Amino acid sequence: MTNAALDVQGTQHSLQAHVLDTVAPVAHGKGQQHPIKLYLVVWGWLFVLSTCSYLVDYFGLQGNLRWSLIVLFMVLKAGLIVAVFMHMAWERLALAYAILLPPVLVLVFVTIMVLESDYTRLLRVLFFASST
Amino acid sequence: MAETALTSTGEPSARVGGLQGIVADWSSDQRAFKNVSWGKAMMWIFLLSDTFIFSCFLLSYMTARMSTTVPWPNPSEVFALNLGGRHIPLILIAIMTFILISSSGTMAMAVNFGYRRDRVKTAALMLATAAFGATFVGMQAFEWTKLIMEGVRPWGNPWGAAQFGSSFFMITGFHGTHVTIGVIFLLAIARKVLRGDFDLERRGFFTSRKGYYEIVEITGLYWHFVDLVWVFIFALFYLW
Repeated sequence: MTNAALDVQGTQHSLQAHVLDTVAPVAHGKGQQHPIKLYLVVWGWLFVLSTCSYLVDYFGLQGNLRWSLIVLFMVLKAGLIVAVFMHMAWERLALAYAILLPPVLVLVFVTIMVLESDYTRLLRVLFFASST
Repeated sequence: MAETALTSTGEPSARVGGLQGIVADWSSDQRAFKNVSWGKAMMWIFLLSDTFIFSCFLLSYMTARMSTTVPWPNPSEVFALNLGGRHIPLILIAIMTFILISSSGTMAMAVNFGYRRDRVKTAALMLATAAFGATFVGMQAFEWTKLIMEGVRPWGNPWGAAQFGSSFFMITGFHGTHVTIGVIFLLAIARKVLRGDFDLERRGFFTSRKGYYEIVEITGLYWHFVDLVWVFIFALFYLW
């Protein structure tokens, strides 16, 4: 009797294991399948954007125009690589947010360090002016 | 965004999407990443941590450059080359950028052919990626040699702020290390692909686990990340 009960439990257990197996990763032929053309188009765009950012330097653009163009091309390139080459555009949002949101917090750190280095520079100008 | 790609599971994807999907996936004791294998999730989490490392390097560079009262050397001039009798600014770095982007393109296609179970094309594209990567490291070695010969040291250089050298060697050195490790990683996986490990589901040497073509995508994630970091270094260190 107890044996039978154990058997039933055992089969239930293996059934559960089976269900878990189907949920667990099995990469058979599935996966990120996208047309090759998509990659070639993105590749082309990355070349165009890189050329643009190089030309910013080549033509010696200065001031706000230079910074805004550099940052624009940088963000576009990074976005293309992450979204298409790394397939983030097709992942579930739970993964995308878990990976993409934390780096945004670095901007807080950037702000802190900008304020801090302005202050350091001010002190250096005030007290070590001879070194400039 | 609506159609989530089923990366690796046979789970019937009857789950909600959007913001409600985030809450549903993360809430109550369960797997948060529903359709992503542990290998891929761990690679993403590693890349996230690596993002913070490179962020710290770039931030310390920013802080050094913003707070120094000595003028910063002009990277456009420092990295200029004389090619065919002409003085071209930043040309070496531009070529390195194009090489790394090309390697990302071949890697993306290798992942694609991997999931199509095209063994030879996958391996060939991965080897091409590794070759591009090795070329990149070679050009970086040339660049380092050139700068060191011109007198750039971590503690000083002939053109201005002393922190230029330390920032440069630290950031590009760490990135070059990543590229080198990536090349080794690529060669190891390409060998397995070529040998047919993932068709025969041969068990791994260290892990005794069956290999799947997903490892090509995971390798690709690492490689694209290396390219991604270069995008930021190129913009913030060389162009700024």
